[in-house]
Amino acid sequence: MEKLQDKPTEKEPGVLKAPMERRMFMRYAGATAALTTLLFATTSCDEDGDDMPMDPTAVDLGKGDTGILNYAYALEQLEAAFYAEVVAKSLGLFSQTEQQIMQDIKGHEGIHRDFLKAALGTSAIRDLEVNFSSINFNDKNSILTTARTFEDLGVAAYNGAGKLLENAGFLTLAGKIVSVEARHAAVIRDLISNGTFSDSANNQGLDPAMMPADVLAAAAPFIKTKISANNLPK
Amino acid sequence: MNIFKIIEDIEKVDPEVYNRLDSRRNAFKGLGTIGKKAAMAAVPFALASVFQKAYGQGNNTVLEVLNFALKLEYLERNFYTQALASSGLIPEGAARGAIQKIQMHEAAHVEILKTTIQSLNGTPISEPTFNFGKNFPDWNTNYQTFLTLAQAFEDTGVRAYKGQAANLISNDAVLTAALQIHSVEARHAAHIRRMRNNQGWIVGAGANSNVPAGAQPVYAGEENVAQGGINDITKLGAGYSAEIASGAFDEPLTKEQVAAIVSLFE
Repeated sequence: MEKLQDKPTEKEPGVLKAPMERRMFMRYAGATAALTTLLFATTSCDEDGDDMPMDPTAVDLGKGDTGILNYAYALEQLEAAFYAEVVAKSLGLFSQTEQQIMQDIKGHEGIHRDFLKAALGTSAIRDLEVNFSSINFNDKNSILTTARTFEDLGVAAYNGAGKLLENAGFLTLAGKIVSVEARHAAVIRDLISNGTFSDSANNQGLDPAMMPADVLAAAAPFIKTKISANNLPK
Repeated sequence: MNIFKIIEDIEKVDPEVYNRLDSRRNAFKGLGTIGKKAAMAAVPFALASVFQKAYGQGNNTVLEVLNFALKLEYLERNFYTQALASSGLIPEGAARGAIQKIQMHEAAHVEILKTTIQSLNGTPISEPTFNFGKNFPDWNTNYQTFLTLAQAFEDTGVRAYKGQAANLISNDAVLTAALQIHSVEARHAAHIRRMRNNQGWIVGAGANSNVPAGAQPVYAGEENVAQGGINDITKLGAGYSAEIASGAFDEPLTKEQVAAIVSLFE
């Protein structure tokens, strides 16, 4: 991982070239005593703020990077449960090639879920209860459109959560997963209508990036367990 | 004196201060983390390092990454633009429609990267001259060669952006935009792979990617099944083959690995 980290500075910092800014910076950086007091005040007020009161039955994702990883774990639980059900109930609706696709995605989502669970260890949230009552597992179209919703949502979720991570290693790991979600999304979209693989992107060629509250609201109809994102970084 | 006052004062001369610090929260977080580990004597250095991250190497590193990405996007745009202009190369219908769509995205990526570099007071590199025929002389007359290269470029692009994500961690806006491009490249890659009757995801070190030996650097390391400190993720549950485990995670490429691949076309 160390290769991915920022390298030591070689050059004059660009923005500080302005004399005014540099003076101010030096003045502040030298104010030792005040800062010492300040630091302890800051440390004690901790990371992500508010610890808002919440529904006691809700699963709290937690705070900081752990919270973000739990957020990813929640989404992967949802996806893994969905494809497990598709493979168990609906394979007969699909061609042989499509069956292989469903089996592969089931495997990928399963291993994403189990990997995140293992990585989170004792910080992992509990198993979520899903609600798939709106999905007709006897109808190929219902399955594929749900798959598209989940995959596009997963991509947008990881894209939006990247900036909330503090640890560069976790960011790279999230990057390793999100592009596979995007591959799934493209393949599923093409199964619905060939050529629509990247129609999620806007006219700047950018895929959506969504914040956790919006993602969880979109996922809520499919998850029985209440989830609290109140302590996630914002 | 308090930290809010310091940042507010800086804001008077630098309205972007919050962006540079990611956010007020992150600035404090950085201080808090360092503070837990550092002796009191190190406190001024701790604050200095927060500002160093925001004002110093951060911006230079980010600009380097953006120009690195811009070169790749130039390559892709140039490749598809030339291919679309090569008469008879790309079949009319779905194939041409897909390549046109991808070309439009690559062109948009070029523009957004140039704009972003300029907004950070950097200078976008000018478009290099590419030579796609250098090692692949039939690239614009043989549809299969064209598609093979397209797949290699898209899969390389995905891996290249991924490899640079951590270098953008100091700038939320740029990081997010890079991720938004990264996932679009992955969608392109999956579609091109399916056009070649390959699976949309990469299994092993190119085992399912149907590329000639010379293109192997594009897939080097993709067989990895060790993730996040877990030595072998196939052992996490029943039925996780090496194919599933390697397909579930795309791997990054370093700048040097990407440069070696790009040099085949320069």
